[in-house]
Amino acid sequence: MTEVDLELMNGWVEPELADEFPELCLVHARVDVRAGRSPREVKQRLRMLADRYTGGKVVHMRQDPVPWAYRVFSRQVGIDPDHDRTPVEAVALRRLKHGGLHSESLLDDALTIAIAETGVPLIGLDADRVDGDLGLRLARSGEQLAGVRPLSARQLVVADGERPVALVLGEVGHDAGVTPDTERMVLCALGVKGVPRISLEEALWCAAETLYT
Amino acid sequence: MPDVLDRPGSRVRGDRLKSVPIVPERAVRRTLLDQVARLENELSQVFCATWPRTDMPQPVVHGRGGGPRLLSLAELEELRDELAARVSDARRALSDRTWVEDRNRRLIEEMLLEPERHKWRRVSAEDIGERGCKHWHVRPRWSFIGMLMGWWRVVISSGCPLAT
Repeated sequence: MTEVDLELMNGWVEPELADEFPELCLVHARVDVRAGRSPREVKQRLRMLADRYTGGKVVHMRQDPVPWAYRVFSRQVGIDPDHDRTPVEAVALRRLKHGGLHSESLLDDALTIAIAETGVPLIGLDADRVDGDLGLRLARSGEQLAGVRPLSARQLVVADGERPVALVLGEVGHDAGVTPDTERMVLCALGVKGVPRISLEEALWCAAETLYT
Repeated sequence: MPDVLDRPGSRVRGDRLKSVPIVPERAVRRTLLDQVARLENELSQVFCATWPRTDMPQPVVHGRGGGPRLLSLAELEELRDELAARVSDARRALSDRTWVEDRNRRLIEEMLLEPERHKWRRVSAEDIGERGCKHWHVRPRWSFIGMLMGWWRVVISSGCPLAT
């Protein structure tokens, strides 16, 4: 296994957003890993992870501190977390519906493992397709995600120096997302009130470690 | 409007209004966000308390639409009120349900003590808020002979049938 060397960086947060959610933050790290398929070890880890879930555990997950913090944040920004699930609940439901956590790609598997282990939502971006430092801000009037999806005004987005690259707790724009040609990635962890910084760091380390497997 | 405010009696009221401190919107928003957090916690508690009763209606508070965004003050208030109403509804539904389950538990005790008074009565695990297919059924011992002789007993099922 390659020794993982990760430099964690704090993303900027727009003042209006920081004023509303003082503990909102984005921690990101660059990993020099190519996109591709998961090795056998990662698939094995996914299988072991899937065995941990039971119906009762999934139901009570919403009362665990970290998943609960993201449920609350979802609610506060106008999302129904019982309809648009937080990432950790989405992983758990996927496990229950499909009877397992099936391998998709190295990045997706790494994110699934890190999210399931820590409860922290993560996204992966193509490092060569984002410009400047990453941060959190409100969408401006008329802005679009990836030039195709219109954003409503004051929508919370992850943005680089020029444009929105992903929705907070939502989809990643295809013009910044990881493709089979990706050679370097940026992993981003969203922090909200009630989630300690160490959980965000653990999530990033966990995902990076899986990517370097 | 000015003539109303200029009335002698209304002068005092106007002064009082002036003395009411203006709460900054930021503080109001923070209070509303805290209330939403507390109500979400209560909703989660009630939801978890209903487990494993899968047939109970799930309290639904729809999203505000438009993805994750900064809600206006009015939207936050509306969300808070809706959450409070759903928490209240869910608590009431759970309370009604547990009252019925308590009665069913008592019925099982009575069936065990005096089966002849509860002929053919059947109570399932679901009726007392438990998981599984177990049920308590008052049946006659030795079929027709038991019915004629008044030999009744409670048969407790052994569990769920095997999947075919």
